[in-house]
Amino acid sequence: MSTPETTETAALAEETAGHGDISVGVAGSSNSGEATASATRITPGNALRPEDIALAVSRGTAKPSEDAAELALRLGDDALILAQRLGHWISRAPELEEDIALGNIALDQLGHARSFLSYAGGLDGRSEDDLAYFRREHEFRSVELFEQPNGDFAVTIARQFVVSYYQFELYRRLAQSTDATLAGIAAKAVKEVDYHRDHSAQWVLRLAHGTEESRTRMIHGFKVIWPYVDELFRDDELTARLSESGVAVQPSSLRADFDRLTGEVLAEAELDVPQVPAAPGGGRRGFHSEHLGYLLAEMQVLAREFPGASW
Amino acid sequence: MYVSHPTAAAVAGENPPREQKTAEQKAWDLAATVCDPEIPVLTIEDLGILRGVKVTKEPDTADGGMVPAVQVTITPTYSGCPAMDAIRDDLTTAFNNAGYPRVDVELVLSPAWTTDWMSESGKAKLQQYGIAPPSGHSAAARHAGPIRLSLAVKCPQCSSLNTKELTRFGSTSCKALYVCQDCKEPFDYFKVL
Repeated sequence: MSTPETTETAALAEETAGHGDISVGVAGSSNSGEATASATRITPGNALRPEDIALAVSRGTAKPSEDAAELALRLGDDALILAQRLGHWISRAPELEEDIALGNIALDQLGHARSFLSYAGGLDGRSEDDLAYFRREHEFRSVELFEQPNGDFAVTIARQFVVSYYQFELYRRLAQSTDATLAGIAAKAVKEVDYHRDHSAQWVLRLAHGTEESRTRMIHGFKVIWPYVDELFRDDELTARLSESGVAVQPSSLRADFDRLTGEVLAEAELDVPQVPAAPGGGRRGFHSEHLGYLLAEMQVLAREFPGASW
Repeated sequence: MYVSHPTAAAVAGENPPREQKTAEQKAWDLAATVCDPEIPVLTIEDLGILRGVKVTKEPDTADGGMVPAVQVTITPTYSGCPAMDAIRDDLTTAFNNAGYPRVDVELVLSPAWTTDWMSESGKAKLQQYGIAPPSGHSAAARHAGPIRLSLAVKCPQCSSLNTKELTRFGSTSCKALYVCQDCKEPFDYFKVL
């Protein structure tokens, strides 16, 4: 806060103790001056900061367990990277309404990312901004699907269609999590993702049943995107532990519903499920396609150039 | 003592009787004067964004006396709703001006906001303002394929049901854009969530 009121600072100091003692240091800057500097404040001095977001009704969210924090990081990174990709469409979509729609979907994703990353950072005292702007490529835990380039409009719709159906199944179950914070974020997100699902499904039908050209592009869009579907549903040691403790289900258990529901739409669009080999996909371990570096360079440049800047 | 939103507890009627206003209820009423910056005719109480108000006394560092401290809980309509920052500022200002030097605004995500929390008077105000209020109740997220049937939305200008959705995603996260086929006017519709 650049113009803190003393009373508020005292109250906040007391409050942050309950939030896993989040103090935000701007990486590599010794004179940030204020322990709560943020690179994304809209209203300097009095904007909502991660430590204001209590995700449980009770005061003072509990610190996440290491495993829950890692899961929150994965899901937060997925949503963050997609929000950045979708934001690129603003002013470039085929029609004004679609500009607004993709911008709105990006905003929802960014909201989910902020909640997940704030929670993940609670483990070791990093803020959402530290995680978004000051991590390097290999520290991101998003799967490769989310960083795939926008391509033409049909590629973006194919990617959004897969993402929305996957996220819907994921959040629907995560809303039952034994981790109250993750459950709260997911219960909120699932209702928003339901709109995303409907929007992308309608575009799939429209393009597939449109003109020769739009149908050709929709088929191509799915062919480009489908290799990255498998990685969404891969289990690993972390997900095994989380499903033991009831925090989250195994990703593989979402596959049947995903296949059935996307299959219904594809059948209605008279499209076949693409028969393409799966990409290796190491996003959860920090191995990414060549596309992520460029995306991060653009997303992080301002925060790294002017650490602690606000507008 | 914690006053929670009237819809959160199963309280019958819009406004529970308040002959003797407690400090908490006074604070609630004050918080309820703050409007949504994107829909200036609706208060945060009308919208169901205001979830709780708590008043405590804290020692004043200046003279050792006690000053009232308020803790307000709000919930965003949508996860990425940018109005939250403005609402927080407005709440702080409103309380500071009313003699509450310490205000703490907290954002909660759970239980998730739904249009079902919008008050009837809020829906009427929306209609008068030219925004079609949410029609029907929110279904918990469906688990069927896409359903491409939409309920008719009434035009807030001429009350015609002959309206068409132009875009599901409109000027704000919470609204869709419609057009009336009879009076030809475009209007916003507050989406059911």
